[in-house]
Parts: sequence; structure tokens; C-alpha cells
Amino acid sequence: MHCVVTGGNVKVLAKAVHSLSRIGDDLYVEPQEDGLALRSVNSSRSAYACFLFAPLFFSRYSVPNDHTFRCKMAIKSVQAVFRSLATLEKTVEKCHIELDEQKDRLTFTLHCKHSLLKTHNLSFQDSESLQAVFDKDSCANIFRAQPRLLVDTVVHFPSSLEEVTVSVSDERMWVRNHVEEGAEQSRAMLTELCLASDEFDHFSVKNHNSITFCLKELRGLLVFAESTGLPVSMYFDEPGSPVVLSVTDSVLEGNFVLATLSEDPSLRKNNSKGAHTLPPPPPDDFMNDDIDSYLIAMDTSVAPGPSTAGPPTPPLADSTCSKQSAVATHRTRTHREEDEEAEEDETDDSDRPPNKKFRSLFFGLVLPPSSQISTQPVMSQEVLASDSENETQAE
Amino acid sequence: SFCICILYLCCANFFDEYQMEGVSPEDNEICLEVTPENLSRALKTVQTAKSVKVKLTKKHCPCLTIAAELPTLSSISRVVTHDVPVDVIPRRLWHEFKELNVPDFDVSIYLPPLKTMKNVVDRMKNLSNFLVIEANLNGEMNLKIETDLVSVTTHFKDLGNPPWGDDSSQDGGLSQSRDPDSMAEARVDVRRLQQFLMGQQVNPSKAMCNIVHQRILHLILLHEDVSLQYFIPAVA
Repeated sequence: MHCVVTGGNVKVLAKAVHSLSRIGDDLYVEPQEDGLALRSVNSSRSAYACFLFAPLFFSRYSVPNDHTFRCKMAIKSVQAVFRSLATLEKTVEKCHIELDEQKDRLTFTLHCKHSLLKTHNLSFQDSESLQAVFDKDSCANIFRAQPRLLVDTVVHFPSSLEEVTVSVSDERMWVRNHVEEGAEQSRAMLTELCLASDEFDHFSVKNHNSITFCLKELRGLLVFAESTGLPVSMYFDEPGSPVVLSVTDSVLEGNFVLATLSEDPSLRKNNSKGAHTLPPPPPDDFMNDDIDSYLIAMDTSVAPGPSTAGPPTPPLADSTCSKQSAVATHRTRTHREEDEEAEEDETDDSDRPPNKKFRSLFFGLVLPPSSQISTQPVMSQEVLASDSENETQAE
Repeated sequence: SFCICILYLCCANFFDEYQMEGVSPEDNEICLEVTPENLSRALKTVQTAKSVKVKLTKKHCPCLTIAAELPTLSSISRVVTHDVPVDVIPRRLWHEFKELNVPDFDVSIYLPPLKTMKNVVDRMKNLSNFLVIEANLNGEMNLKIETDLVSVTTHFKDLGNPPWGDDSSQDGGLSQSRDPDSMAEARVDVRRLQQFLMGQQVNPSKAMCNIVHQRILHLILLHEDVSLQYFIPAVA
């Protein structure tokens, strides 16, 4: 694999890496035919981000045709390559990214002014495929706005704020901080911002509802969007199903997929302007509180090639003892959603017992377009929906 | 180290609209306790607002609701509301929060230009956590720091002394018989002084300090309808 990024795109690549670092500690790198995919996921599997850089983003883009190469590395190492954005802009002319399969190294070479070469050899680990399953275009509520609008909105909330609730009606969007149940509630400061539909480039609401998700993870995308000037699109259906935020242009696409709190009957409306909430779905008897609603299609088998070089390093520890962050504990899956996923599962995996090791949160309702799954080995077991029995066993 | 800070707003002048009903006609006051960080955060975000309304409301608890109309390009305003929880202080505890009287000070002097003073103090902070401020009735003030390795003094002259004269809270006899060259001093935590000096951003019309020798440093900023006072205790 050998890719070359030139000029201003180096800074864009750097910003994407920094943006992904707000999600998780590892950077998953997967060169695909349709472009280079950089992904990250958080430890509780409630946030996922992917930047796909099309071949045209690069001045040279050659990737192995014969087998699928995937790896992951500590994102901090990659950030170190692109540490100072200001310096990058001024001095770096090109960035070469080359794979040294024999040494298990990914080499980043920065070609700078005055013929200076900075070479970073980063070792990687083999990794399973990391892809969230989502179909944003079929979402009920779709919005697009200039990044300035969203940045100006989040500035009203403290950077320490965990979760934010977005409520929509035909003409308005309300954004307010979400306060956990309990003693804290009575003393918490509440902030609410109301945005009119004409502040958006696109504002289309089919379901009047509210979703709650983690704001912190979103900030990384906003920084990227603001600095590149790309409008941000937001897609969601209903509480419990993920919210997708994306930026696109002709040569890149960034998607941030965040899990949302599922319908909470005690969702508080703190003033008369609060959005309507849907009637709560039937209680889910089977679910463990910290299982997320949607699975990332994980490649559970040993992938040919890179995996044989070393021990596969699937995030077993992460999935089975899923870290119970405050965010994760709220992700309860509803029975209804389970059924929906089973129906839309095109690979007919629902009959197969899911691989327990890799079951973790899943984001989407439908399979990704075929281009995304073509890179996965045939023997992959895509777990899109597990029935409750297996889950209780796994727990 | 603690410090007492008092901000007075002359509401009738400061606000476009001001309505208040106190506890009773005789005690036409309300006393509220609020976490300053919350209030500060709320106010910070509305700095660019077209208008701001502050109301005492009852939401999930008594709140100061700050509602601001933010400028937008669209026809409809963007409204942000912050509900800042407050505790209402019952009347029987009001005496604990009554205003402090200006203490009998030894020297009262106008401060040098605050921006200059802030620059000096900021640099001194790098050398020591404590600073001595001394002044006399001849309009002279010195800011001093002293460590094992170095001592630095900045001298200000011709600052002028406020004419307190026969102020009833001031022991007239003391000031009249005081040697104008004699310095009164207070050794204070630099950070407290720095916090006070951040107020220079509002371009106060008057800034002065009163020193109770080795006891208290009392700093005052006056700006139109607002006064800001800091009482910083002196340390040994």
C-alpha cells in the first residue's frame, strides 16, 4: 500500500485524525478500493466515527488488490505525526503513507520544505474489521447546517457536559443539557437553546421526538467541520436508534455515529416548549442495561493474511466486560427494535447463533452498501441482531 | 486564603426594566445564594445577546432564569435560557449577609492605571505568591515582592488620595495626624489581587484602595452604576 497526500490535504488528514482521537484510543486503518477508511470507536461502543478518503483525495493511491489489509494503532502515535497543524500548513509539502508488511509497520513520511524528510514508523496490530451499520438516508429526521450554527449552539454548554437532548418539531429544534435522574437533578443548572428551521440549510422532520446523546464525542466532528467549512448533516429516527452526523465533499466523507438513550418514560419536559415524546415502547424483559441497541458488524473470524502474522487482537476484553460508562449504562435495547433489525438483516444471520465474543453495540438497521461488505472475508459472521437468550448466556 | 467580593448594581439605572417584590413591604429585599460558576457560565454565553432578561422563577427548584435573545441571520431570534438554581435565604439569616462597613483604614489612595498595575502584578506572580502593597497619604504606592533570591519593587507616584475628609466611618483624628509619608502596608496573596485586576476590562471610572495596616486591603472599582469591592485579608 502506498498513498501520497499533497498540499492542503495533509492538514485535512491531520484534522480528521485529531477528530477521531476524540472518540477512541485506537485508529483503525483500512485501505479499500473506494478509498482509505480511518475509523475509531469508543470503549463502551456507543460512539463510532469513520472518515473515508476517496482515491482522488490522494495524489497517489495504490492499495493491495489481493487481500484485505486492516490494522489498528494507538491514535496518539498518529497524532504525533501530525502534531502541529500550523507547522504542517507551512512546511509540509507531501505525506507518504506506506505499508511495510514484513515489519508490521506503517510508515508516514513527511516531505517538508528544504528537502527535509520526517519519517515516522508506526507499528500496528492486526485488527478485526470495524464497521458500523447504518443507513442515514432512510432516517425520519434530516438536517443540514453550516458548522457555525452548531458550534454557536454547543458553546452554551460546558465542555464537561456529558449528554445533550435534541428535540424537534416541524419548525424548531431545541437543544438542552440532559440531567441524570437522582439527587443531582434538583440542583442542576439547565440550559436550553431554541433554533428555528430557517437557520438550517435543510430541515426535514417526520417524527416529532427527542433524542439524547453524548455531546463530548460530537465536538471532534464540529472542530473538523468548522475548520474545513463543510456543512454538517444530522440524521436520526427516534430515541434508542443512533444519531448520525456527517460531513461530505467530493473527496471525503466523515460519519460520526452516536448511540442515543432509548425511550425513557420519565423523560423530563422542563418547560412547555419541550417536544412531544413518543409513548414508551413495551418494556424489554430480556435486555441487560448496558447492551447497546445496535451492533457493529464485526469480523469475528480470523481474517486471512494479516491476522496470521500475529495473534488476532479482537477487543474481547472490551466487549465482554463492557465498560460501564455512565453513557453505556443507559443504552437499553427495546424488543421492538430487535425485531426491526432481524427483519432487515439481509445476510440471514439471525438464524445463526451470534458470536458471543464480538457482540457489542450495533448501530444500524440495515446492511451497508455492498462496497463496504465486499472487503470482508466470506466467512465473516456478521452479527446484526442477537436474540435475548444468547445474550443472557453471554452475560 | 479567602477574600470577600461585593458587587453593587444600581438597578434602576443599570437595567432597562427592573421589577422586584421583596419578602414584605417593610423588608423589600430578596436574598439569594447562587453558585457563582453557574451564573458566570450563563452570563458568559450571552455576551453577544441582543437582550437579556433575568427572572426569579420556580422550575424544579427556585432558579434565576436568564433568557437571552441571540443575534441570528434568520427572521426568528435564537433564544437561549439558563436556569440557574438558587437558594432563597430566609429573613432570619439575612444578618449574616449584611453589607460590610468600610473599615477604619489608615491610608486611602487612588490606584495607578489598572492595565499597568495588572502587567506588574502578573510578572510579580512569576516570582512569588505574596506581594506587599504599601501606600501613603502623599500619593505614593509601592508594590513589593521578596524571595530568597530576589526582591523587586515597583514605585508609583502622584497617584492622589481620595478626600474622605470627615467621613463618619473614618476616625478623622487618625488621618489628620498621620504623617503623610508614612506607609501603610498589607501583604496579600497575588492571585486575589490578580482577580480584582481583571475588572480593569470594564474601564472603571474610578479605582482606589484603602489599607488597614497589616490587616486588610480594600479595593474599590467604580463604573457608572456599578461598584465592585474586594476585601483581601493581609497575611503575615
